[in-house]
Amino acid sequence: MNLKSALSALTLSLLATSAFAQSKPAVTFDVGGKFDKSFNEAAYHGAEAFKKKTGIAYREFEIQNDAQREQALTRFARDGNDPIIVIGFSNGSALKKVAAEFPKTRFTIIDDVIDLPNVQSIVFKEHEGSYLVGLLAAKASKSGKVGFVGGMDIPLIRKFACGYVQGVKAGNASAEIFQNMTGTTGAAFNDPVKGGELAKAQIGRGADVVYHAAGGTGAGVLRATADAGKLGIGVDSNQNHLHPGKILTSMLKRVDVAVEKALTDANGTAWKAGVTVLGLAEGGVGWADDEHNKALVTADMRAAVDKATADIKSGAVKVHDYMSDQKCPVQ
Amino acid sequence: MMETYLGLLNLLDSTLRLAIPLLCACLAGLYSERSGVVDIGLEGKMLAAAFAAAAGAIAFNSAMMGLLLGVIVSVLLALVHGYACITQRGNQIVTGIAINMLAAGLTALLGNAWYREGGRTPQLDGAARFGDLTLPFAEAARNIPVIGTFYAEVISGHPLPVYLALLAVPLTFFLLYRTRWGLRLRAVGENPAAVDTAGVSVARLRYSAVIVCGILCGLGGTYIAAAQAAIFLPNMTAGKGFMALAALIFAKWRPVAALGACLLFGLLEAMAIRLEGVPLPVIGQVPVQAIQALPYLLTVILLAGFVGRAIPPKASGIPYVKER
Repeated sequence: MNLKSALSALTLSLLATSAFAQSKPAVTFDVGGKFDKSFNEAAYHGAEAFKKKTGIAYREFEIQNDAQREQALTRFARDGNDPIIVIGFSNGSALKKVAAEFPKTRFTIIDDVIDLPNVQSIVFKEHEGSYLVGLLAAKASKSGKVGFVGGMDIPLIRKFACGYVQGVKAGNASAEIFQNMTGTTGAAFNDPVKGGELAKAQIGRGADVVYHAAGGTGAGVLRATADAGKLGIGVDSNQNHLHPGKILTSMLKRVDVAVEKALTDANGTAWKAGVTVLGLAEGGVGWADDEHNKALVTADMRAAVDKATADIKSGAVKVHDYMSDQKCPVQ
Repeated sequence: MMETYLGLLNLLDSTLRLAIPLLCACLAGLYSERSGVVDIGLEGKMLAAAFAAAAGAIAFNSAMMGLLLGVIVSVLLALVHGYACITQRGNQIVTGIAINMLAAGLTALLGNAWYREGGRTPQLDGAARFGDLTLPFAEAARNIPVIGTFYAEVISGHPLPVYLALLAVPLTFFLLYRTRWGLRLRAVGENPAAVDTAGVSVARLRYSAVIVCGILCGLGGTYIAAAQAAIFLPNMTAGKGFMALAALIFAKWRPVAALGACLLFGLLEAMAIRLEGVPLPVIGQVPVQAIQALPYLLTVILLAGFVGRAIPPKASGIPYVKER
């Protein structure tokens, strides 16, 4: 037997064994990277939790530019990875193409809805979580002025802003809100210097609580608020520990839970295509309450936010979703 | 009225913060190009310095050590550029591009290997970061209207690299126009053969210029990572080195004008940040991209010869060959 045929026999036997393995998951993280202390990092924690529990390793890819989105997905699918967890709305159009090409591969996308029989779409009611932190911001603000720094100017980020504004107005009807978006490209999620400048500009106009929904850019926002002795609000992951005592709270988006559940479900039989919406009632969003911000949240604020949580869950309070009509009822 | 004035001070404060990295790179390019070595590797040197500064500051828990390491790494890269362009008479543009690519790749790679955070470093806190300095009498001056508040709000309260960069402007002016070294440096960029005939080493002069260029890029990179952002991220210099080249042309290779050009570019960037989504009187809402594009547009207009003429040093870009 010559070397070539020996090699091909080896490859064949490897392929055969892998067919018996349970699942060969893969995860693509979005621009900003898996250690962005925010959105992608939450997904990373979910995948790691799955790996720890089951001992099944996963392949991963961190998107650096738009051209890589389709390549990475095609590569994973062609290599027989299944399920493939796709983090981030920006992958929507790439996934639509690749999922149609590989109908037998199961895909789960976070933050976008793709209507294909082999795609599971998980979206969050970020507006509900943002409403809660907005309420807290209004109660914590002494100047009656609060700020919002978004990443890329897209409907998803406007959804955070709109929920936040509604929460702020619920806490203090006369509050003034400054809103800024960092940019119009994906790079807007990875520009801490500009994030810091935007926050400083808002602080200069009188804001004393600033909420960011800007991924890696948010590091600059939280740094600027902490430096100025004001309060920042984190997003996606619990960011309270970044500047203890200087971050009012974080809007939690349980991407970790969603990713872990998708991986676990796909490993068993519970995985289903279709749309899953995770809101306050499902535990998909919330606000971070830990030892780092204990002193900042007063009993009065806690009571208000608990009441709002109950009201949203029961449906007594409806938080408007910007993405439903591309409009925000309050500014 | 007071409100508007404070808003203006806020804008100028932001202008200064954004202009400093440009100023460092611009002055760095000025030395290099005045000596006849075109340097488009400013971006790469700043990026490498930013990474070295962040890593050094973390390792020694000292911002000054960060500055030292940032400068050392930047100077080493400058010497690589110098060796290739001066000693080996290589193509200066190609070497510059190589340095940019090397820095972009190496910083991300080393960052990932050392800190396992996707190429970024941990945040710099406490002694690892340059704190804001309050200049003498700043608090007392605050009560003096207009000038006092300007001093307290805009001039005072920046980290050390900002003041070093600002001091580099008069220093550069002095070195360039009032010392023998400066005279020879300017001459070597215009007519190296004449300098050589006078018995002065062209190579040594050019090497000294690229070393100074390295030091200034190191300062700029350190400012970005160890003061402004207090963290290193891959590609965080974001084209500032190229913008500095534009500023250098805009300033026609003169130090004081370089300060002006960098402040103008910084002002435009600060305005773009503040004007986003804010309607202006008469014009209405201006797209931010329009303001962001202004520095480049202004440079193109200048190069096209509409506003005076920008004439580079005659021998810049040409390797010096002693005898033909």
